[in-house]
Formats: sequence, structure tokens, C-alpha cells
Amino acid sequence: MNYLEFERPLAEIEGKAEELRALARSNSEMDITKEVEALDRKAEALLKDLYKTLTPWRKCQVARHPDRPHCKDYIEALFTEFTPLAGDRNFADDHAVMGGLARFNDRPVMVIGHEKGHDTKTRIERNFGMARPEGYRKAIRLMDMAHRFGLPVITLIDTPGAYPGKGAEERGQAEAIARSTMKCLEIGVPLVSVIIGEGGSGGAVAFATGNRLAMLEHSVYSVISPEGCASILWKDSDKMREAAEALRLTAQDLLRLGVADQVIEEPLGGAQRDRKATIAAVGRAIESMLSGLVGKKPDALVRDRRQKFLTMGAKGIAA
Amino acid sequence: MNWISNYVRPTINSLFSRREVPENLWTKCGECGTMLFHREMAENLNVCGSCGHHMAITARARFKALFDGGVFVEIKVPDALADPLHFRDQKKYPDRLKAAQKASGEKEAMLVAEGEIGRTPIIAAAQDFSFMAGSMGMHVGNAIIAAAERAVKRKLPLVLFSAAGGARMQEGILSLMQMPRTTIAVQMLKEAGLPYIVVLTHPTTGGVTASYAMLGDVQIAEPNALICFAGPRVIEQTIREKLPEGFQRAEYLLDHGMLDRVTPRGKMRDELITIVRMLTGQSPVITGDLPGPAAPVAPEPEASAPAATPTGKA
Ligand SMILES: [Zn+2]
Repeated sequence: MNYLEFERPLAEIEGKAEELRALARSNSEMDITKEVEALDRKAEALLKDLYKTLTPWRKCQVARHPDRPHCKDYIEALFTEFTPLAGDRNFADDHAVMGGLARFNDRPVMVIGHEKGHDTKTRIERNFGMARPEGYRKAIRLMDMAHRFGLPVITLIDTPGAYPGKGAEERGQAEAIARSTMKCLEIGVPLVSVIIGEGGSGGAVAFATGNRLAMLEHSVYSVISPEGCASILWKDSDKMREAAEALRLTAQDLLRLGVADQVIEEPLGGAQRDRKATIAAVGRAIESMLSGLVGKKPDALVRDRRQKFLTMGAKGIAA
Repeated sequence: MNWISNYVRPTINSLFSRREVPENLWTKCGECGTMLFHREMAENLNVCGSCGHHMAITARARFKALFDGGVFVEIKVPDALADPLHFRDQKKYPDRLKAAQKASGEKEAMLVAEGEIGRTPIIAAAQDFSFMAGSMGMHVGNAIIAAAERAVKRKLPLVLFSAAGGARMQEGILSLMQMPRTTIAVQMLKEAGLPYIVVLTHPTTGGVTASYAMLGDVQIAEPNALICFAGPRVIEQTIREKLPEGFQRAEYLLDHGMLDRVTPRGKMRDELITIVRMLTGQSPVITGDLPGPAAPVAPEPEASAPAATPTGKA
């Protein structure tokens, strides 16, 4: 179990409970039931308390939690016959972006998402979920295919942002993102997205410009990371708490702003505490979003999508 | 009184709004250090006569120089929510906006206009780097949508001059949402079969580059303009190495296939006229400094049309 900075008191209690259990296992005469129960109750109360009022900065940390289910976990659990399709046909296959044909509740679909990796090796392989131009161009190719064969597109968003590297810029990162966003807006099939962790700036927009957007309860979606915003506007990267607050990047704020259409509840203590339940909840959300769109005419889907973005921003956060 | 009063060309006169009249009459070129007389700079569209360095130019000054006789009709941009997030960093966002408005004399970071270049009617939009680094917020999005709608309605090409430090952070996610919104504007032009020409000026970065600024039918940049998604500083921090000379500059992007042309500001107008006329199947034009059209383009009286305010002198 990985604990976040603000979960440290919880780590102590749960750690103590764990120690006692281990002790009891090696010493059968010891009766520690009461003590353990008390600690467990204390831990749960604390967990409830911590997660009842997560500040935006804490939400950012939960959204980045290494134990949260990632794109690959969702694809493995929610889809069948997943058939990865690789490459942008120009330069490379970007491992930060997963994509391919699959069945979702038996219906053939195209699924695309950012994968961050789960240990050092896979994180490096996946470039921590930061796509290069090839990732966007692969997604464009897959969305195009979905459009031609009438397959709904499901995107799972989880990226710190586009990769700020030399090669990525050289090969036209900006153009790739712009074309990917445009492709999202063009396709005559349903496009539904879920932000499962971090929705980082242009890298997220390139996949999330769809008919419907759901966000997990502790996911975030932002124009810039709180650290980046703090260093620019506060001239002090340690002011990320203030920046996270000001940016209104939580799922709850984005729902109020009309950017997100629904918020998917997470288990107590965040997605990382019950991955299975989280994945199932995301599955239900995808199904409900899709069922409202399947059967609509291509023109209507494109028009609705456009309308959604054209009217966006009409309502502010409101007092 | 001052140097402006004995300036002869009335169209150039308005190149400088009152606020821009400087205390001293000289500006030092940021590149070669030459002291440049302001009159000379204005004539040269803020390009250093000594080394060719392109300095920033306001949207209004650009339009005055771009349109025949300096005449254009400003297209009204629908108002956006003033402070949608109630954003506050070290200052309140509305205070920052007010300061920018006061300093620039403009309402926001993008100007949209209709007029003629070489007797060729166009819609033009220009981003003002001097207004909060030209940053893309709701206003810039609304401006580009208004420009595209006007272009579609009048069946005219759109020429867009980009310049921005990126997204307007103070509008948070809503600034990010201008990427899809402006992309829809580009799609409107595409569907109507109208040319969309982007002139990328220094600097064009972030979400601006990753949306409307990279989606032109023709992509032209001013010399040495920085054009990127991630800025050089961020990249150097990430990869921990020094970037080569000229990285992410216009000429570099031209070399890497991201642009069609790099054209000096002084030649831009003639080039735009030539390209627009070919793309719209019109005859060649005699380029040069043409006087203004006899009558300024009149706004259409329909209620649904964006209200237009004539500016400049006929
Ligand atoms: Zn110079």
C-alpha cells in the first residue's frame, strides 16, 4: 500500500494494526482482537474524515496515485477480445497510448487511452503516460477507422500532459494534438470519454473532445498542472495548493462548469482502495453514456458534439 | 507639438493610438542594439531596419497596415463571462484584465475585422501579444468563432495572425476548452470551402499552436518566430540538455515540414493577396499601397449578424 503525504496519520494507524495482526499470527496465546478492532475503527473514521473534504491539491495527489487502476486495467476488466492496433504508419508506435478493437458488453468498439505503467520498467516504457506525436497520430488513425466502420469510440484519459521533449516538438507535437482534437470533432460515431486520473492539458483534450465526458470523483482535468501554474503566476512552484484551488480542476467543479457531464463515485479512500469496485463503476458509466448515443445518426452526433463545445463557458462557477 | 503632428500619411497616423505614443522617440532593437527612431519603426512595421529583427506589433497597427488605405470594419465579438472561475492568484483576474485594457487600449487579446487587401475582401483576426501575452481565453475563442461565422456568411477567406504565450490560465479549464471551440471554427471554414490562412508570429505557443494556429490551409510564419507546444525552458528542464540554436524557430519548423513559408513582415501583405486570390480563383492583382475603398464595408442589418463597428478613416 502506497500512502500519500496527507494520509500519513492513517498509515501509522493501519501500520500498527498490521503489526498487531502479524504478532498474533506468530503468537497464538495473544488476544489482540479488541485492540485491532479499535485501530480499524479509528482508521476508518480517519479515512472517512480525510476523504470527506479533499482539497483540490489533495485530489491531484489522489488522481496521480500509483495504485489507481490504469487504462490497461480497465481494458482488461471491462472489454473482451481486446485487439491492440499499433503504430502511426509514419514514425513509430507510441506506448504511452493504448488503442485497439474490443468488445464492450458484446458491442464492437474502438478503445483508446493513456497508459502510465505500474512499476519502474513499465513506467519508462509508457513514458509515464505522456504521449508523443505518434500517439496522437495513432489515435487519429483509429478514430478514422472507427468512423468508417461505425464503431463507437471510448477514450480513457490519464496523462500528465503531452511529452515536452525535443523529438516530440521536432515531429510536430502541436499539429498532432490539433489534428487529433479535430478528428474527435469529425467522427460520425459516438465518442465517450472517462477521465480516470489526470486530464493534463492538450494531451487530454486530444482524446476527450467527445459527446460525453465522465470524470472519476477524485480525477482532475486542467489547462496546466498546479505546479506549473504556481511557478508562472505565483513565481513559486511551492504554491501548488493555491494554484490547484484557483484552477477549479476537480471533477465537481468541472461538472458545475458544464465541462464534465457526470461524476463517477469512488470507493471510500479513493480508487486505489478498491480497484475492482472503481472499474465496475466506470463500466456502468460508459454503458449509460453509450446507450444514450448509439443509434443516433452520424450528422446528429457531430452536431451535438459541436453544440456542446460551442455553448461551453456560458455558465461560470457561480457564487 | 510632437513628431506625430507633422507626419504626413494620415493612415499611418492611426498606427499609434494615443497610449502608444512613447515618452522618448527611440527604441533599442532587442537583437542588434541599434537605436531606432519611432517614425522609422512604424514605417517598417516594427521591423529593425538594421538587422531585420521582427518586434511585436499590435493587432490594430497590423490591420492598419494590412487593409487597403488602412480601412477596416471591426467585427464585434460576443462578450464572454468576465471572470468565470473567480480566479485569484497574487492579483484578482479582473484587476489583471483591467490593467491590460488600460495599458493596451484594447478590450481583449484578439481583434477581428473585415476589409480589403489589394481590393480582395477578407476577414482577418489578429492576436495581441501585448494584451496578457495574447493568451487564449473565452474571448479569443469567441473571436475566432465570430470570424469564421462572418467569413462563412460573407463567403470570404479568413487570415489569422497568431501570437500567444498559450492559454489564459485564469480561465482554467474554460481556456483549455477553446482548443476544441476554435477547431470547430476551422471546420466551419473547411466545410464552406473557404481558405484559412494562418500567419504565425512571435511567439505562438501552447494550446494556441495545438489548435487553430496549426490547422491552416497555408501556414506562413514571420522570420525567427518561436513556434512550439512546450516552451524551450520546459524542454531543457525535462531532457536536461541544452537545445540547439534556432530550435523551435520559424526557419526550423519550415525545415521540419511544419510550415509552408517564412515571410518577412514587409512582404506579408503582397503574399497574402497573391495566395488568397489564387485560392479563390480571382485574377492577379496589381499589388502595392492602394487607397481605401470608396465606401467602407457596411455591416448587414440583420439582428442575428454580429454587430460591426466601422473604424479607421475612409
Ligand atoms: Zn536590429
